[in-house]
Amino acid sequence: MNPELVGREFPPTAPYLVGREKVREFARAVLASTPISLDPEAAKAAGYADVVAPPTFAVVIQEQTLAQLLAEPDAGIDFTRVVHGDQRFVQTRPIVAGDLLTATLAVTSVKSLGAHSMVTAESTIADADGAHVVTAISTLVVRGED
Amino acid sequence: MAALQTPEFASLAVGDVVAEQSFALTRDTLVRYAGASGDFNPIHYRDDVAKSVGLPGVLAHGMLTMGFAVQPVVDWAVDPGRVVDYQVRFTRPVIVDPELGAVVQVVAKVGQLDAEAAVARIDLTVKVGEETVLGKAQVRVELGDRGGR
Repeated sequence: MNPELVGREFPPTAPYLVGREKVREFARAVLASTPISLDPEAAKAAGYADVVAPPTFAVVIQEQTLAQLLAEPDAGIDFTRVVHGDQRFVQTRPIVAGDLLTATLAVTSVKSLGAHSMVTAESTIADADGAHVVTAISTLVVRGED
Repeated sequence: MAALQTPEFASLAVGDVVAEQSFALTRDTLVRYAGASGDFNPIHYRDDVAKSVGLPGVLAHGMLTMGFAVQPVVDWAVDPGRVVDYQVRFTRPVIVDPELGAVVQVVAKVGQLDAEAAVARIDLTVKVGEETVLGKAQVRVELGDRGGR
Protein backbone atom coordinates (compact mmCIF):
# COMPACT_ATOMS: atom_id res chain seq x y z
CA MET A 1 0.00 0.00 0.00
CA ASN A 2 1.12 3.51 -0.79
CA PRO A 3 2.32 5.39 2.33
CA GLU A 4 2.06 8.69 0.44
CA LEU A 5 -1.73 8.54 0.93
CA VAL A 6 -1.19 10.01 4.39
CA GLY A 7 -1.88 13.73 4.29
CA ARG A 8 -3.43 13.69 0.82
CA GLU A 9 -6.43 15.98 0.40
CA PHE A 10 -9.69 14.58 -0.88
CA PRO A 11 -12.69 16.65 -2.01
CA PRO A 12 -15.80 16.60 0.22
CA THR A 13 -18.45 14.09 -0.85
CA ALA A 14 -21.69 15.21 -2.52
CA PRO A 15 -24.23 16.36 0.11
CA TYR A 16 -26.27 13.50 1.60
CA LEU A 17 -29.80 14.37 2.68
CA VAL A 18 -30.79 12.21 5.65
CA GLY A 19 -34.34 11.01 5.06
CA ARG A 20 -36.79 10.08 7.81
CA GLU A 21 -37.66 6.74 6.24
CA LYS A 22 -33.96 5.92 5.71
CA VAL A 23 -33.30 6.51 9.41
CA ARG A 24 -36.25 4.29 10.33
CA GLU A 25 -35.18 1.59 7.86
CA PHE A 26 -31.61 1.65 9.22
CA ALA A 27 -32.87 1.63 12.83
CA ARG A 28 -34.98 -1.47 12.15
CA ALA A 29 -32.03 -3.12 10.37
CA VAL A 30 -29.80 -2.73 13.46
CA LEU A 31 -32.63 -4.10 15.63
CA ALA A 32 -33.17 -0.78 17.40
CA SER A 33 -36.30 -0.39 19.49
CA THR A 34 -35.94 3.15 20.79
CA PRO A 35 -38.94 5.26 19.76
CA ILE A 36 -36.61 8.28 19.33
CA SER A 37 -35.23 6.60 16.18
CA LEU A 38 -38.57 5.26 14.94
CA ASP A 39 -41.33 7.69 15.88
CA PRO A 40 -41.11 11.39 14.91
CA GLU A 41 -43.45 12.35 17.77
CA ALA A 42 -41.23 10.61 20.34
CA ALA A 43 -38.18 12.34 18.82
CA LYS A 44 -39.90 15.73 19.10
CA ALA A 45 -40.88 15.02 22.70
CA ALA A 46 -37.18 14.38 23.38
CA GLY A 47 -36.24 17.75 21.88
CA TYR A 48 -35.22 16.75 18.36
CA ALA A 49 -36.54 18.08 15.05
CA ASP A 50 -37.13 14.55 13.72
CA VAL A 51 -36.08 10.91 14.21
CA VAL A 52 -32.51 10.42 15.51
CA ALA A 53 -30.23 8.05 13.62
CA PRO A 54 -28.67 5.10 15.49
CA PRO A 55 -25.02 5.60 16.60
CA THR A 56 -23.62 3.68 13.60
CA PHE A 57 -25.67 5.39 10.87
CA ALA A 58 -22.69 7.51 9.81
CA VAL A 59 -21.29 4.39 8.14
CA VAL A 60 -23.65 5.08 5.23
CA ILE A 61 -21.93 8.42 4.58
CA GLN A 62 -18.46 7.15 5.47
CA GLU A 63 -18.90 4.54 2.74
CA GLN A 64 -18.67 7.26 0.09
CA THR A 65 -15.26 8.37 1.37
CA LEU A 66 -13.93 4.81 1.52
CA ALA A 67 -15.01 4.43 -2.11
CA GLN A 68 -12.90 7.53 -2.90
CA LEU A 69 -9.93 5.93 -1.16
CA LEU A 70 -10.24 2.57 -2.94
CA ALA A 71 -10.63 4.39 -6.26
CA GLU A 72 -7.33 6.29 -5.93
CA PRO A 73 -5.31 4.91 -8.82
CA ASP A 74 -2.06 4.80 -6.84
CA ALA A 75 -3.56 3.55 -3.54
CA GLY A 76 -2.52 -0.05 -4.18
CA ILE A 77 -5.48 -1.42 -2.23
CA ASP A 78 -6.90 -4.70 -3.54
CA PHE A 79 -10.56 -4.50 -2.49
CA THR A 80 -10.98 -8.29 -2.43
CA ARG A 81 -8.32 -8.51 0.29
CA VAL A 82 -9.71 -5.78 2.54
CA VAL A 83 -10.96 -6.75 6.02
CA HIS A 84 -12.54 -4.27 8.41
CA GLY A 85 -10.29 -4.11 11.49
CA ASP A 86 -11.62 -1.37 13.76
CA GLN A 87 -14.38 1.20 13.67
CA ARG A 88 -15.10 4.24 15.79
CA PHE A 89 -17.62 7.09 15.76
CA VAL A 90 -16.90 10.26 17.72
CA GLN A 91 -19.84 12.63 17.65
CA THR A 92 -20.55 16.22 18.53
CA ARG A 93 -24.27 15.70 18.03
CA PRO A 94 -26.41 12.85 16.69
CA ILE A 95 -27.52 12.70 13.05
CA VAL A 96 -31.18 13.72 12.72
CA ALA A 97 -33.51 13.26 9.73
CA GLY A 98 -33.37 16.40 7.61
CA ASP A 99 -29.60 16.87 8.01
CA LEU A 100 -27.64 17.61 4.85
CA LEU A 101 -24.22 16.04 5.42
CA THR A 102 -20.89 16.05 3.63
CA ALA A 103 -17.86 13.94 4.50
CA THR A 104 -14.21 14.73 4.03
CA LEU A 105 -11.68 11.92 3.99
CA ALA A 106 -8.23 11.99 5.53
CA VAL A 107 -5.82 9.06 5.63
CA THR A 108 -4.13 9.30 9.02
CA SER A 109 -1.92 6.24 8.96
CA VAL A 110 -0.55 3.54 6.67
CA LYS A 111 1.38 0.70 8.34
CA SER A 112 2.86 -2.59 7.28
CA LEU A 113 2.67 -5.62 9.55
CA GLY A 114 4.54 -8.48 7.89
CA ALA A 115 2.62 -9.33 4.71
CA HIS A 116 -0.40 -7.29 5.80
CA SER A 117 -0.90 -3.57 5.70
CA MET A 118 -3.24 -1.37 7.66
CA VAL A 119 -4.76 1.92 6.66
CA THR A 120 -6.64 4.24 8.99
CA ALA A 121 -9.13 6.58 7.33
CA GLU A 122 -11.01 9.37 9.08
CA SER A 123 -14.21 10.75 7.59
CA THR A 124 -15.16 14.08 9.09
CA ILE A 125 -18.89 14.63 8.64
CA ALA A 126 -20.33 18.14 8.80
CA ASP A 127 -23.81 19.61 8.39
CA ALA A 128 -25.07 22.25 5.94
CA ASP A 129 -23.71 25.02 8.19
CA GLY A 130 -20.27 23.40 8.16
CA ALA A 131 -20.58 22.41 11.83
CA HIS A 132 -19.03 19.11 12.91
CA VAL A 133 -21.50 16.27 13.48
CA VAL A 134 -19.47 13.07 13.71
CA THR A 135 -16.10 11.67 12.73
CA ALA A 136 -16.06 8.06 11.52
CA ILE A 137 -12.70 6.33 11.88
CA SER A 138 -12.01 3.04 10.12
CA THR A 139 -8.98 0.82 10.13
CA LEU A 140 -8.87 -1.48 7.13
CA VAL A 141 -6.52 -4.45 7.02
CA VAL A 142 -5.30 -5.44 3.57
CA ARG A 143 -4.22 -9.06 3.68
CA GLY A 144 -0.97 -9.91 1.91
CA GLU A 145 -0.63 -12.53 -0.80
CA ASP A 146 -1.19 -16.06 0.59
CA MET B 1 -46.65 5.11 28.38
CA ALA B 2 -44.63 6.74 31.14
CA ALA B 3 -41.58 8.63 29.92
CA LEU B 4 -38.43 6.60 30.45
CA GLN B 5 -35.72 8.21 32.50
CA THR B 6 -32.06 8.50 31.57
CA PRO B 7 -30.07 6.94 34.44
CA GLU B 8 -28.40 9.24 36.91
CA PHE B 9 -24.65 9.41 36.65
CA ALA B 10 -24.24 9.51 40.44
CA SER B 11 -26.05 6.18 40.80
CA LEU B 12 -23.45 4.26 38.76
CA ALA B 13 -20.48 2.23 39.96
CA VAL B 14 -17.70 0.64 37.91
CA GLY B 15 -18.58 -2.99 37.25
CA ASP B 16 -22.38 -2.51 37.28
CA VAL B 17 -24.13 -4.48 34.54
CA VAL B 18 -26.46 -1.92 32.97
CA ALA B 19 -27.94 -4.03 30.18
CA GLU B 20 -27.94 -7.54 28.81
CA GLN B 21 -29.61 -8.81 25.66
CA SER B 22 -29.32 -11.62 23.17
CA PHE B 23 -29.95 -11.15 19.45
CA ALA B 24 -31.09 -13.97 17.19
CA LEU B 25 -29.84 -13.35 13.65
CA THR B 26 -31.09 -15.07 10.52
CA ARG B 27 -30.17 -14.64 6.87
CA ASP B 28 -33.15 -12.26 6.66
CA THR B 29 -31.44 -9.99 9.20
CA LEU B 30 -28.39 -9.79 6.93
CA VAL B 31 -30.39 -9.05 3.79
CA ARG B 32 -32.31 -6.33 5.60
CA TYR B 33 -29.03 -4.75 6.80
CA ALA B 34 -27.51 -5.00 3.32
CA GLY B 35 -30.43 -3.02 1.92
CA ALA B 36 -30.51 -0.43 4.71
CA SER B 37 -26.74 0.18 4.73
CA GLY B 38 -26.00 -0.24 1.02
CA ASP B 39 -23.32 -2.87 1.76
CA PHE B 40 -24.10 -5.53 -0.84
CA ASN B 41 -20.91 -7.56 -0.49
CA PRO B 42 -22.20 -11.05 -1.46
CA ILE B 43 -20.22 -12.79 1.33
CA HIS B 44 -23.11 -11.62 3.51
CA TYR B 45 -25.83 -13.52 1.63
CA ARG B 46 -24.34 -16.05 -0.82
CA ASP B 47 -22.87 -19.33 0.41
CA ASP B 48 -21.12 -20.02 -2.90
CA VAL B 49 -19.30 -16.67 -2.84
CA ALA B 50 -18.40 -17.04 0.85
CA LYS B 51 -16.94 -20.50 0.17
CA SER B 52 -15.04 -19.31 -2.91
CA VAL B 53 -13.07 -16.80 -0.79
CA GLY B 54 -12.29 -19.40 1.85
CA LEU B 55 -14.87 -18.48 4.49
CA PRO B 56 -16.64 -21.19 6.51
CA GLY B 57 -20.02 -19.69 5.58
CA VAL B 58 -22.02 -16.50 5.13
CA LEU B 59 -20.99 -13.85 7.67
CA ALA B 60 -22.91 -11.07 9.35
CA HIS B 61 -21.67 -7.61 8.34
CA GLY B 62 -19.27 -6.42 11.05
CA MET B 63 -21.15 -3.12 10.99
CA LEU B 64 -24.43 -4.96 11.64
CA THR B 65 -22.96 -6.55 14.77
CA MET B 66 -21.55 -3.18 15.82
CA GLY B 67 -24.96 -1.62 15.09
CA PHE B 68 -27.11 -3.88 17.26
CA ALA B 69 -24.54 -4.45 20.03
CA VAL B 70 -24.96 -0.82 21.13
CA GLN B 71 -28.77 -0.98 21.23
CA PRO B 72 -29.07 -2.28 24.82
CA VAL B 73 -27.00 0.76 25.86
CA VAL B 74 -29.18 3.09 23.77
CA ASP B 75 -32.27 1.70 25.49
CA TRP B 76 -30.64 2.09 28.90
CA ALA B 77 -29.62 5.70 28.14
CA VAL B 78 -33.11 6.27 26.61
CA ASP B 79 -31.80 8.79 24.03
CA PRO B 80 -29.47 7.57 21.23
CA GLY B 81 -28.04 11.11 21.12
CA ARG B 82 -26.30 10.48 24.43
CA VAL B 83 -23.87 8.04 22.81
CA VAL B 84 -20.97 10.40 22.12
CA ASP B 85 -18.28 7.87 21.21
CA TYR B 86 -18.49 4.23 20.17
CA GLN B 87 -15.67 1.98 19.06
CA VAL B 88 -15.12 -1.71 18.38
CA ARG B 89 -12.51 -4.08 17.03
CA PHE B 90 -13.75 -6.83 14.74
CA THR B 91 -12.04 -9.86 16.25
CA ARG B 92 -14.01 -12.83 14.89
CA PRO B 93 -16.66 -13.16 12.18
CA VAL B 94 -20.24 -14.16 13.05
CA ILE B 95 -21.20 -17.10 10.84
CA VAL B 96 -24.94 -17.19 10.15
CA ASP B 97 -26.23 -20.67 9.35
CA PRO B 98 -29.01 -20.71 6.70
CA GLU B 99 -31.33 -22.73 8.95
CA LEU B 100 -30.13 -22.14 12.50
CA GLY B 101 -28.97 -18.53 12.18
CA ALA B 102 -26.73 -17.28 14.98
CA VAL B 103 -27.29 -15.95 18.48
CA VAL B 104 -25.18 -13.04 19.70
CA GLN B 105 -25.09 -12.25 23.43
CA VAL B 106 -24.36 -8.69 24.57
CA VAL B 107 -23.49 -7.70 28.16
CA ALA B 108 -22.94 -4.01 28.94
CA LYS B 109 -20.99 -3.06 32.04
CA VAL B 110 -19.74 0.23 33.47
CA GLY B 111 -16.00 0.33 32.67
CA GLN B 112 -15.03 3.81 33.76
CA LEU B 113 -16.68 6.95 35.14
CA ASP B 114 -15.63 10.49 34.29
CA ALA B 115 -17.40 12.56 36.94
CA GLU B 116 -16.28 15.93 35.59
CA ALA B 117 -17.84 15.34 32.15
CA ALA B 118 -20.63 13.07 33.51
CA VAL B 119 -19.61 10.52 30.90
CA ALA B 120 -19.82 6.79 31.61
CA ARG B 121 -17.72 4.40 29.58
CA ILE B 122 -19.77 1.27 29.04
CA ASP B 123 -17.80 -1.80 28.00
CA LEU B 124 -19.57 -4.39 25.88
CA THR B 125 -18.91 -8.11 25.91
CA VAL B 126 -20.20 -9.48 22.62
CA LYS B 127 -20.11 -13.25 22.19
CA VAL B 128 -21.39 -16.11 20.08
CA GLY B 129 -21.34 -19.06 22.46
CA GLU B 130 -18.00 -18.76 24.27
CA GLU B 131 -16.28 -16.80 21.47
CA THR B 132 -15.81 -13.05 21.61
CA VAL B 133 -16.70 -11.43 18.29
CA LEU B 134 -16.09 -7.74 19.10
CA GLY B 135 -13.04 -6.65 21.06
CA LYS B 136 -12.41 -3.35 22.84
CA ALA B 137 -16.09 -2.50 22.40
CA GLN B 138 -16.56 0.75 24.32
CA VAL B 139 -19.46 3.18 24.38
CA ARG B 140 -19.14 6.60 25.95
CA VAL B 141 -22.49 7.86 27.18
CA GLU B 142 -23.05 11.43 28.28
CA LEU B 143 -25.40 11.44 31.26
CA GLY B 144 -25.25 15.07 32.32
CA ASP B 145 -28.12 17.54 32.27
CA ARG B 146 -28.40 18.96 28.78
CA GLY B 147 -30.83 21.71 29.58
CA GLY B 148 -34.19 21.01 28.01
CA ARG B 149 -33.34 17.90 26.06
